[in-house]
Amino acid sequence: MITAKPKNKQEVLEAVVIRFVGDSGDGMQLTGSQFSDTSAMFGNDVATFPNYPSEIRAPQGSLYGVSGFQVHIGSIEVSTPGDNVDLLVAMNPAGLKTNLYAVKPGHTIIVDTDSFTKKNLAKALYETNPLQDGSLENYRVIEVAMTSLTKESLKNVEGLDTKSITRSKNMFALGMVYWMYGRSRDHTFDFFNKKFKTKPHIVEANTKVLNAGFYFAETIELIPNAYTIAPAKMRPGTYRIIMGNTATAWGFLAAAEKSGLELFLGSYPITPATDILHELVKHKHFGVKAFQAEDEIAGITSAIGASFAGDLAITTTSGPGLALKGEALGLAMMVELPLVVVNVQRGGPSTGLPTKTEQSDLLQAMYGRNGESPVIVIAASTPSNCFNFAYEAAKLALEHMTPVVLLTDGYIANGSAPWKIKSITDMPAIKNNKIKEVKENWHPYDRDEVSLARNWAIPGTPGLEHRIGGLEKDRVTGNVSYVPENHEYMTKIRAEKIKRVENYIPELTTEFAESGDLLVIGWGGTYGSLHSAVKQMNEEGYANIGFAHFNYINPLPKNTEEVLKKFKKIIVCELNNGQFAKVLRINFSGYEFLQLNKVQGLPFGNSELIEKFKQLVK
Amino acid sequence: METTAVKEYTFKDFTSDQEVRWCPGCDDYVILRSMQKALPQMGVKKEDVVFISGIGCSSRFPYYIDSYGMHGIHGRAPGIATGVKLANPKLSVWVITGDGDSLAIGGNHFIHVLRRNINLNIVLFNNEIYGLTKGQFSPTSLVGQKTKSSPYGNTQPPFSPGELAIGAQARFFARIGGNTPKEMTQLFIEAEKFKGTSLIEILQNCVIFNDGCFTQYTDKAIREDKQLHVEHGKPMIFGINRDKGLILNGLKLEAVTIGENGITKEDLLVHNAKEQDPTLHQMLVRLEYPLVTGIIRSFDDVTLEEREDALTAQVKANSKFTKTDDLFFSGETYEVK
Repeated sequence: MITAKPKNKQEVLEAVVIRFVGDSGDGMQLTGSQFSDTSAMFGNDVATFPNYPSEIRAPQGSLYGVSGFQVHIGSIEVSTPGDNVDLLVAMNPAGLKTNLYAVKPGHTIIVDTDSFTKKNLAKALYETNPLQDGSLENYRVIEVAMTSLTKESLKNVEGLDTKSITRSKNMFALGMVYWMYGRSRDHTFDFFNKKFKTKPHIVEANTKVLNAGFYFAETIELIPNAYTIAPAKMRPGTYRIIMGNTATAWGFLAAAEKSGLELFLGSYPITPATDILHELVKHKHFGVKAFQAEDEIAGITSAIGASFAGDLAITTTSGPGLALKGEALGLAMMVELPLVVVNVQRGGPSTGLPTKTEQSDLLQAMYGRNGESPVIVIAASTPSNCFNFAYEAAKLALEHMTPVVLLTDGYIANGSAPWKIKSITDMPAIKNNKIKEVKENWHPYDRDEVSLARNWAIPGTPGLEHRIGGLEKDRVTGNVSYVPENHEYMTKIRAEKIKRVENYIPELTTEFAESGDLLVIGWGGTYGSLHSAVKQMNEEGYANIGFAHFNYINPLPKNTEEVLKKFKKIIVCELNNGQFAKVLRINFSGYEFLQLNKVQGLPFGNSELIEKFKQLVK
Repeated sequence: METTAVKEYTFKDFTSDQEVRWCPGCDDYVILRSMQKALPQMGVKKEDVVFISGIGCSSRFPYYIDSYGMHGIHGRAPGIATGVKLANPKLSVWVITGDGDSLAIGGNHFIHVLRRNINLNIVLFNNEIYGLTKGQFSPTSLVGQKTKSSPYGNTQPPFSPGELAIGAQARFFARIGGNTPKEMTQLFIEAEKFKGTSLIEILQNCVIFNDGCFTQYTDKAIREDKQLHVEHGKPMIFGINRDKGLILNGLKLEAVTIGENGITKEDLLVHNAKEQDPTLHQMLVRLEYPLVTGIIRSFDDVTLEEREDALTAQVKANSKFTKTDDLFFSGETYEVK
């Protein structure tokens, strides 16, 4: 075992991956997010990934109750939270046991020795103490009695119970890591002052413990200030760290303001989509009407009602919720009203893996309704571009008078990254199809000749009284019609309306190579993993690998086939059993779509991607 | 509700050009006509009236009213109507539903819309049968009732819509026979006036699949003797000779005859529809003889929109954000040069 051997020379690294792990009540999410926010403000590019159990407080010390937060910080572009870990901070034996596999050999593990009791070791199913049995000899282990040191540093603070004392040991760990990477404590001090405004003794306690950890690392010279991560080269501008779900919520706020409509959200709580509801309920000052309904169905039907009455209406959910909304989504498609359905995908099927990520709702979004029922399907691909695609979903819904399904996933929804803040003035205009006055010979299903979008006559407008509904309507009058030819005509025009959206969306672009031996295809939340793998291979000299990532699924970009035909081999990489590959096969015959699929509730790892791609290009 | 400059409408203004397609002799025609007569008397503009329905015979109703309307999906009209009302509170919003639509597939939405007390009106056509799917038992069908899906008799005990509604915090509940258009028209007007969710249960005869299901109460020859039409502030009197009434005997309601056993008019209960405590209202709803019709409960309470509006005004007054840019550039931002 290497016990904190001092290295005297300053190491300059391009990027480093740090993982904080502990019990689900240990405050690991807070510790990790504090470190990533501080690093972003320092100028690093960052990407984060929380990984926690679905139990709120799983039994202490148990293997399945381990909660983790991974941060990837870099002086270079960082597009994923990283695979292998440079520094593991383990607050208990269970955290060490479940995360040791990810630590690079020779790299550092900080442990709280106080938690390595007989009882905790037994709960983590350790037969012998790993700190003593030599099993960690390939790592640099830094043993710190964090719980006792935390208690010691707080002995003069009054008004604290034992629980709050032991719970602040996460700040001791954070203090140590701040010192190791030369980070300022100011951001976290500010955080304490805001968060515990009314509880000065808690501010004092947390400040003391953070400082104790920081000075502990410095004073006893266990760890030299060995690592520096220089600021990354990023485009100039004003940034903030944003989580995917927040970015999604803000994209809708921006779309409402730009379109001059009021925003209505109908929603029912479901992991991992609920944070969008949490965010939007805060913004009553912008006139946001966020309605927590009695179930998923009332979530979408209330949104359909609000859309009928002229609001920008959205509903948010995750996989099982989308299944429940299916019939109502068909109604919205049939009555041709603007509506955005956000599906933050999680591990399925059924209840599946609620807190884990997956991309297995693609076909549900495309086809999960009765009858011929086409809707627009788009997908965000990074935490920060959730903003753009929420905005785009609203724009497409309003301009084309149709429901739009926006797919994100647990990985980008909970992940955070720097966002170069977009002012509303920089966003594209949003038109809508509202009509204000009676026109001669007006009918509710009158369509724009180019886009085929029908007009939007809202209740309260004199002279435009009309009825819509789920029954088939006459193509001209909008009255109920059972005429066979009319039904076929309406079925085709609804499909054609969605098809024509391809004229309004950007073309597919390729990165790294315009043509060559292998085209790597992905969609949605896997952008970061795929991009960094192809980039790494490109830097290693594989010049014939291109990368095309889809944000528009239905309809597909018009030039998709142009891109496909420039490569000898095509591999479609997805966190499911091959759903997008199926969509491509339906649309483009004569191409062989190889597949790389992973269904473990986890994102792609860099090495598994590179290994596969190398096999294909030899 | 804006009532200024509402033009004088007649029932024709609310009659759409669509051919009405219910079975001949159906009470639905009576309900439609009563509504078309009531709407011009409500002081609302035609363009502000919105009818939302689910699925079933009753749910075709919006097509026949010349106003805004949406024929939705089975059981979900309360959800759609809630969205319409929250998006634009100045609209007069009506939910048209049946016993299957509101109490079976839409039961969850039905209880929650009542609980929230949004200012909209629900008209429940109760015919104790599924009509559009051709004659299966519904959640209000009686035990033993023989239907297409219960050829040996129904084994599922029924809901009483009023009992369920008041249990779900309904502030306004009224009941009326499907063959009394005058009273029905008046109830629609009262429901619109009431601030909060109003529920009107109509005992609607289905001539095809459940003919005569309410005859014992609604037949013209006997209804005066079988129904007590309550009015707020008035004694509970009924009977062709206006000589019968209700008293409270212990914890039970009892029908009595004035002049018998020393009972005088002064002994009868006086109806208080505005009482918050629903105990007596529930007893009136459950009573089988006489069957109580009219506005049984009409308790004034704060509506969901009022709570929401007050909160929004408060948040707006205290917020430093007026534009999204204020939010996006607030808090922990940093510059990259």
